Formats: sequence, structure tokens, C-alpha cells
Amino acid sequence: MPETTPFHDYLNPYNETGIWKHWSGYLVAPKYQYSTTAEYYAIRDSVAVLDTSPLFKYRITGKDSLQFLQTVMVRDIAQCAVGAAQYTCWCDADGFVLQDGVIMRISENEFWMSSAEPSLRYFRATATRLEMQDIEIQDITNDYGILAVQGPHSHTVISQLTDAVNSMGYFELAEVEIAGCPVIISRTGYTGDLGYELWIRADEAQQVWKCLINTGKDFNIIPIGLEALKMARVEAGLLLLGVDFESARFAWVDAQRETPIELGWRWMLRKLEDDPRQFIGRAAIENQIKEKSNRWVTIGLSIDWHDYERVHLEAGIMPPKHDLYCESTKSIYRRGEKEWDYAGYATSFLFSSILKKPIAIAKLPNDLAKPGTEVDLEISIIHKPANVRATVQRMPFYNPAHKTQIFS
Amino acid sequence: MNNDTNYDAIVIGGGHNGLVNACYLAKAGLKTLVLEQRPLVGGAAITEELIPGYKFTTFSYALSLLRPDIVQDLDLVSHGLMVLPMTNVFQAGFDGEYLFFGPDSDVNFHEISRFSAEDAESYRDLSHLINRVCHALKPLVDEIPPNSVSQDPADLAEMADLDQYMDDLPEDIRAMLKKFTQGSAADILDEYFESDLLKAQIASSGIIGSKASPRSKESGLIWLFHKLGEYDGVQGDWGFHKGGNGGFTQVVARAFESLGGEIRTEAGVDGVIYENGVASGVHLKDSTSINAPVVISALDPRRTFTQLVNPDDLPEDLITAIGDYKFQGCASKVNFALSDLPNFPGLEGRKDLFTGFTNVGPSFDYLEEAFADCLAGRFSRRPFLDCCVQSTVDPDMSPPGKHVMSCFVMYTPYHLADSDWDTERENLGDTVEATLEEFFPGFRKLVEHREIVTPLDIERVVGLSEGNIFAGEMFTPQMFLNRPAPGWNQYRTPITGYYQCGSGTHPGGGVMGGPGKLAARQILKDRVVT
Repeated sequence: MPETTPFHDYLNPYNETGIWKHWSGYLVAPKYQYSTTAEYYAIRDSVAVLDTSPLFKYRITGKDSLQFLQTVMVRDIAQCAVGAAQYTCWCDADGFVLQDGVIMRISENEFWMSSAEPSLRYFRATATRLEMQDIEIQDITNDYGILAVQGPHSHTVISQLTDAVNSMGYFELAEVEIAGCPVIISRTGYTGDLGYELWIRADEAQQVWKCLINTGKDFNIIPIGLEALKMARVEAGLLLLGVDFESARFAWVDAQRETPIELGWRWMLRKLEDDPRQFIGRAAIENQIKEKSNRWVTIGLSIDWHDYERVHLEAGIMPPKHDLYCESTKSIYRRGEKEWDYAGYATSFLFSSILKKPIAIAKLPNDLAKPGTEVDLEISIIHKPANVRATVQRMPFYNPAHKTQIFS
Repeated sequence: MNNDTNYDAIVIGGGHNGLVNACYLAKAGLKTLVLEQRPLVGGAAITEELIPGYKFTTFSYALSLLRPDIVQDLDLVSHGLMVLPMTNVFQAGFDGEYLFFGPDSDVNFHEISRFSAEDAESYRDLSHLINRVCHALKPLVDEIPPNSVSQDPADLAEMADLDQYMDDLPEDIRAMLKKFTQGSAADILDEYFESDLLKAQIASSGIIGSKASPRSKESGLIWLFHKLGEYDGVQGDWGFHKGGNGGFTQVVARAFESLGGEIRTEAGVDGVIYENGVASGVHLKDSTSINAPVVISALDPRRTFTQLVNPDDLPEDLITAIGDYKFQGCASKVNFALSDLPNFPGLEGRKDLFTGFTNVGPSFDYLEEAFADCLAGRFSRRPFLDCCVQSTVDPDMSPPGKHVMSCFVMYTPYHLADSDWDTERENLGDTVEATLEEFFPGFRKLVEHREIVTPLDIERVVGLSEGNIFAGEMFTPQMFLNRPAPGWNQYRTPITGYYQCGSGTHPGGGVMGGPGKLAARQILKDRVVT
């Protein structure tokens, strides 16, 4: 039997579809109402609440914890102030990405983090290998539930529950009390919108949930499922493990593995020359930067609206747009003399309702991975391949000002 | 008396490897005869309706190792191949403790997490590594192994290729392969896991059918070997053939007959006819003989080299090697007809506990204690049990509402120190029942009938020497280049035209078909040359 999250009993009545899926062995809803796009617009227009409790959660404490994370993680956690959070990734010795995740620095030597796949044994074994004595890595996955409260009105709602968010900047956090229960709240999310994530003790899920929903009801707060989340995360240019990349840990060959450079996370390595840390994978990554030997770069693709219309209309059909989110690989070709000149592929494809055009997350060789470059994306028209023109662009595709707005 | 002198090939023994071998020969156009001493073909893979409506998988009881190319090559699907997935594994523990694995890796993750979150994560790492090791071994499993003794340039080149292949493997795979081939299952499991119940569950693959405990250095390879199989590409998964493993061998028999092959049952073979080192046919136990230029023994190496031919006619080093080749069977079967499914305390009425393997062997200590009895020359007083209730997924195995339970039992040494198996047979049955009663209270009341198959019975009925279910231990020194003997691992024998294709040859035991397939490849290659 699948497990249920601490919020399952309160979410269950909202699920009009009766459909539940499994996420890491927990029941989660792909969507609660029949229209995915309606749920999606709660993220972009009002306020959406998403149960992300199936994430693996670890608490890392002890004097060596800072040095441990400095050694394991690609980004320098020392650059993350107490009371802030950092999105980062960790690699194997060959510089291939194992996973990504968000680390919260609760105090000088206390870090909480979430990740999509288990990493407890990996972290503990690595700490042992690094001969770190004063470190404790605890699995708190089942001790806490997480609610992501996302959308332009998320601040309106949360600020009625705690003053702490008024002065809270993007990727900052606070330990607060909501409905008398201790909650860790961070201004983070997977939607690219204004939003917060709340870590709530599993045994206090009900109190916090009720309080949140009551406060949010005047602002159209609704629970949303994974489908709407995935639409939003493509617009935000956020990669999904298992879709846009695989963990090097369970890959068979290097063709399935990717470095941070190849994943388009070059920004994580800014100021590397001023960073003396010998984090795991650094040598390989540095070498790749120096040699420009990355095989591809992950970058955005904006599909030409007119071309997308044309190929469908010429075939005599209406172009599909509504609720269109796709995780199957699409081939990308170089535009030029040669036909079907294979160049790369797209991993995620979305008809963005708010941007009114199709967008995709693509892997392209260095010479094509430049904003403004035009390529052909292969789509299927009545079961036959057809190319549509697309332009390379940096992600995110959608980046509202309120995402990082200062409120105080 | 001579009859039917026009056969191209005679296969001695109608077990799965004999049948697979015969199919490949018949498919290549050879007029092929299979001789089987029993009234039915199948060898150790048979299903028998001992009492009306109850079908017992007398010996072999599950399918995984069967090389998947054989299914294609012999068109087995059109002859009725149907393998039902065994979706679950239930590991009974002490005091109502248990581990229950199903087909979903996330659910299994949570199941292991009940004991240890680190173990759950390790399980994924180890599974992936084992999958990669098996993938690396695939070409070796499906090819005729090189000859490690010959100084022939072609053979030396093949050995060099093998070395190169191994050298080219990723370092972690080579390291793991070394652990598997030279060390114990327990050593590997101790490195990855802390839960004793989980370790014991996994270790069961490392002891099956072998005189080895999880801590014996031989258990690593036995474990790996059992992971080489697959169910529709899922490495290490198992299935029930429709109608039991006898259903499978009947499929191969039909395939053989459709290829024009001929099967004679109740046709025991006395010996191979050969002169000046060249084979020309077989003598039957009924004093008749049949001629053919190619004779293949699907029997075990002891019978192939010392009983079907006169060992004095063979090279001394070969006979010494066969003399040293270990059989030492120590597994038995007790098959039950049950009035209902057994119950596990706290999980009463759960049919899904029995739709795959149901294991009793809750800890390393339990298994070691069982093994200590074996070393002392007696059967385990609390045995390791690997049970299957095929009737939970295949309703044609038993009358409605009733069940058949195949129960694989270890350890039961062929050589008993102070008794013999004809004396101990019922005592073994009682011990197995008592053990099942301990873990599944109320079991005894469900027993309507039981069939006890001791190592002596396996030897008497199937012909496997000392009752070893793999036609010889699958220990590293008698595998691959050395199976069954160095220099004689390419299915040939010192007698021209006389071949071997049983589980005592590469790749080894289990309902694999690999030996039969590869032997046929060698035979057909030799025919082209001559």
C-alpha cells in the first residue's frame, strides 16, 4: 500500500477527479479539479497550495556540517547566511550531477534540506569518508510535512498568519508559529512565482492546514496537483529529475549523466576562481569549463507561434494548445542546407497559457546554445514528423517582478 | 540389434537442456532423437498430478534463468510458452516480523525503511550495481566459453579477448565481480545493509541448491548466478510457467516435435557406442542400439564421463577432474496439497503473501545453524524453506479453493552421517511441517497430502548424481572455464562425435537452456568443419 502524507485526509475531499498518483510511494493528486489550467492559474493569479511532503528531508547538524556541505555541494553554503536558503546540486567525482535540492541554513551549524531522491546513506557515507566526526545527518522525512503556498496572493495570505514574511526576501526563511504550531517558512518554491514553503510537524498538520485554508479562502486559495506545478516549473526554467536529467547514481553510461554546465547551471559556478573549496567533482567540472568540453547545454526554446499554427493548419487540424504539457523527448535539428540535421533534443514541452506560445527545455551543442539562434523542433502532426521553427532563449520564460518583490 | 540407423543426432536425456539442444539441432536440419528413461520428458522440470486435481512441481518450480533468445529461436510462444509474473516476495521473520516485497520500488523502499532508511537507499544502489554486473556478464553467458588449457593460437586468441573484455569493464563492476566470484554473500550484504531480516532474505539466493551458507565464500557467485535471469527484461525477477515447470518442458517438447524431432520415453541408455575415439550411437537398457554420428549427453558430468563411456578410455586428467567435481546435493522438496492458504500472524487472509516466493530463513544465524546441521551430516532441524503456491496465480494447478505448495528445503545432505534417506524421508516431512507451523501457525491442519523428495529421490528419479539440482555445485572452481573441467568446457568430449549439453556445462544449472543452446552451436560448427 502507498503511504499517505500528513495532509492527505484534508486534501482528499478536494479531489474531484478521484485520481491519485504515487510520488516516492506516497499518494498525491495529479490534479484536484478537472481543469489543470484552472489550477495552474491559481499559481499565476491568486494563491495555490501544494503538498510536497513526499520529498526526502534531512537535518544536518554539528560543527562539521558547514564543511561537509561545502565539500559535497557545488555551491558554497558558506555564502548562504543564517536565515537564508540556497538551491544547489551535488555531483559525483566525475562532475556528474547526482541530485539537486534546497538547503536551509537554520543556524550557524544547522541545515535542513529537501531532495527528490534519498540521499541519507550517501551523505553519511561521504561524511565518514571525509573523516568528519562532529556531524549528525538525520532523516526527518516522516517528521514533517511540507506545503508550498505559491502565487501572487501567497504573501497576502501568509502575512495574515505571521509578520515574519513581511521582511522576508527571496530565498530567506524564518522560524515562526502558525496556529500555535512551530513552522519553518521559506520564500522558495518550484513555480517561479511569489511563494513560500512551510515545513510543518507531521502531528500538527491539521491545525496549520485549517488555519491556512481559512485565511486563504477570500483569495481563491486552492490545492493544486503535480500537473499544474509541472507547467509552472517549465515556465520558471526549473529542471525536473527523471525528466530533464537523470541522477548519475542510477545511470548506466555517461550518455545518461550530465554535469552542472551541461544542465545550464553555470551560474552555480560563478566566481569559482575565488572559491578555494575542493568540492566533489570540482576538478572534472573545472576541466570541462576550461576545455569547453561540455557535450551540450540545457537552455530554453521558444517555439514560433506562426510556424506552430502553420504546420497544423496545413495538415488540416487545429493546433493543440490547451492543457498541453509533455515529457517525451523531441528531436531538434540544425537549420541550414541539410535536412533533418540532428542537433539535440527537448525534454519538456509546454504550451504556456500565460505566454500564449509553446516553450521547451532543450539540450543543444555549444554553438547552437546561444540566445537568438534558430533551430527546428520536431513535433508530430497526425503521427508524422514535422519541424517547427524555434528560437533559443535563456530561462526562465516567465519571471514576474513579484517573485522577488520586497514587501516591508 | 540395430534399428533406425538414419539419425543424425541422439540426445541422451529429455530434460530441458536435452530438449533445447535437440530443438536447435532439429532446426538446423539434423534428424534428431531424444531418449528419455522416464515415461515423461522434462527431467527435473516436470509437473505431476499426484492426486487428482493437484499438480505438483515435483522438483524445479520457478522460471527466470531461461535465456530469452531461446524463446525466440525456437518459437516457444507458438508452442504454448506462458510465464506468469511472480510479483511478490514474502520473507517471514521471528515473532510476526516480516519483509514483503512487491513490484513497486517505492513501496519496497518504504518497506525496507521500516527497518532502516539507509538500507532502503542501499538496496537501490546495490540493485543497480548488480544489474550492471549482470549486463556485463551477458555476452559471457550466451557464448561458448574459451578453452583455457589449449595452446592452439585460435584458443589463445579467445582467451586474450576474454582478458581484454574483463579489463575493459568499468572498475566498480570488476571489483564487484571479484567480490561475487571470490567471496561470500554475507560479506557483500554486511557492507550494504544493517537489517538482518533483509540480509537473510537476499542471501537466500546465495545458498539455493548449494552446500553453502551465506558466510561460505561460495555463496557470492550463487547469488549472482540467480540474478542473471529476468522476467521481461527485469533482471533477477521470476515467473511461474503455466502448468508448472513441467508445462515449460512440454512446450519445448512440442517445439522439438514440430521441428521433426522424435522423442522416445522409457528408453534408458546404457552407454555410448564408440570405437577408436569416435562415437557411433548408443546402447539402450533394453539391449537394442541406435546409430548416429553425433551423440549428446544431457546428463551430469559424472554420468557423461564415467558411466555412459568407460572412464579408462578417457584422459586421466579429465577423469581426475570429474572425480573431484563436487555434487554433494543438499536440497530437498516437500510438496503439499493444502485445503487453504496458510496464515501469517497479523496478516491473516492475505493471498498476496504467497503469489511469489515465500521464504523461511529469518536471519543469518538461523541459516548458519541450519548449515551446521548439514556439515554434521544431518538435515537441518530448522530448515531454510523457499515456498511457492503457484495455485494462487494459476487456477489450473489445484481444485477450486485448494492449493498446492512447493516447498524447497535446505539443508538436507545427500550423505547422512548416521542414517539413510529411506529411513529419514518422513522425518524430513515432519520437520518441514513443524517449521511451517512455527512461522505460519495452523499450517499443519491445512495439509491434505504431502510428497517428500529427498536428494536420494532426486538422484533415483531424475538421475542427477547425489541429487545436486544443478548437475554439480555452482562454485567458482567449477564454473565457466572449468565447467565441468578445464579444457572440456566447450561441450566436446575426448570422443569425437560425443558431446555434453547438461547443466554441468557452461553456463550452468537452473532452467536456463544455455548449455543446450551453446552445445548445439558447437556441434553445428564442428559439422561444418568436418
